[in-house]
Amino acid sequence: MNILVNGRTLDFPNEKATIAELLESYQIQKKIAVVEHNKQIVKKTDYEHTKLADGDHVEIVHFVGGG
Amino acid sequence: MTERYSRQERFTPIGPGGQAQLANKHVFIVGAGALGCANAEMLTRAGVGKITIIDRDYIEWSNLGRQQLYTENDAASLKTKASAAEQRLRAMNSEIKVQGIAQEFEAETAEALVDGADFLIDGTDNFQTRFVINDVAAKIKVPWVYGGCLKSYGIVLPIVPGTTPCLHCLIDHLPQEGSTCDTVGIIGPAVQMTAAYQSAECLKFLTGHSMTVEMVYADVWGREYSSINISGLLNPECPSCSRDAVFPYLKKEKGLKTAMLCGRNTVQVRPDQLSTLSLSDLSSHLENVTDRMKENAELLMFHVEDVRFVVFKDGRTLIHGTENVEEAKKLYQKYIGA
Repeated sequence: MNILVNGRTLDFPNEKATIAELLESYQIQKKIAVVEHNKQIVKKTDYEHTKLADGDHVEIVHFVGGG
Repeated sequence: MTERYSRQERFTPIGPGGQAQLANKHVFIVGAGALGCANAEMLTRAGVGKITIIDRDYIEWSNLGRQQLYTENDAASLKTKASAAEQRLRAMNSEIKVQGIAQEFEAETAEALVDGADFLIDGTDNFQTRFVINDVAAKIKVPWVYGGCLKSYGIVLPIVPGTTPCLHCLIDHLPQEGSTCDTVGIIGPAVQMTAAYQSAECLKFLTGHSMTVEMVYADVWGREYSSINISGLLNPECPSCSRDAVFPYLKKEKGLKTAMLCGRNTVQVRPDQLSTLSLSDLSSHLENVTDRMKENAELLMFHVEDVRFVVFKDGRTLIHGTENVEEAKKLYQKYIGA
């Protein structure tokens, strides 16, 4: 399925993917990211059971320590 | 010198009125590394009336690739970042007040240091210090802007304590990062982009505009951009910014304090209470264990056991060549004493 992640189209192979699996594919730990799914912020506790569908919009912003 | 700010004044959202406001503001920049240097230069040239910049470190060759306020001479003479930044910023704009402070920004002294500041800028490279900024900003009710960068990307979030979510609302404990400047690197353009977003929000606030409530992420190499409105994440029971705040990161801890320095293969070790150390006494003691030593008025550097010590006169010590905090503590106790 195709998901729009941070404005870019991503062809994600897993058709039943969750937010948690998407974050895992980006190697982002859930405790240091904020995720928006179709304009709604997703709570960390909901990552595991929020399913993605074709055409969904996801924004991911993760905290960075460097400077 | 009325020409100096003419282009900025022609930018309608600032105008001559905003420019006059800037002249009466005090910005406190925590950290004079890559982000601190870039923010400091922009705000100095923009005519912010008073700028204070604090940093615990001295200048090394590896800084010159992106820390724009420093020169080869600064690195060769082991100048502190605070004094080199102060000198350079004053040369850029003699109409404003600039002060560099060669100290660590830490819980015990943070509140006194930022007294009178209108805005705080995060120019740090670690979350420990950012949480101290976050707590002190909430305590004195002064806004600040978080900025972080790595590889080719950066993230920026302005915080108005009590009104918009603070760092503690968003991250409930110190993150253990898998990647750092040390392992994955950083490029100058990512620094400039991140600092530009930070300085722009700072200028907005100082000239009476509202800052964004969006957290911004951008990748200058991959040309990716994202922003999320996080206003719904304000935690009404936040230990740092709610009405019942206890400011946990401003609470003292006993014993030796250690900190890993990003990208440096270095641990900083320092005593609980800073005091004045006689560097000449120390160097005479160390003559028995090393013949590779260099000293100036502010610090003593020596090589021992495959590591390099840099001891500042307040007892704070950088141990280069290790990332093992426990080993660093032992080395400190062995050669400096605690």
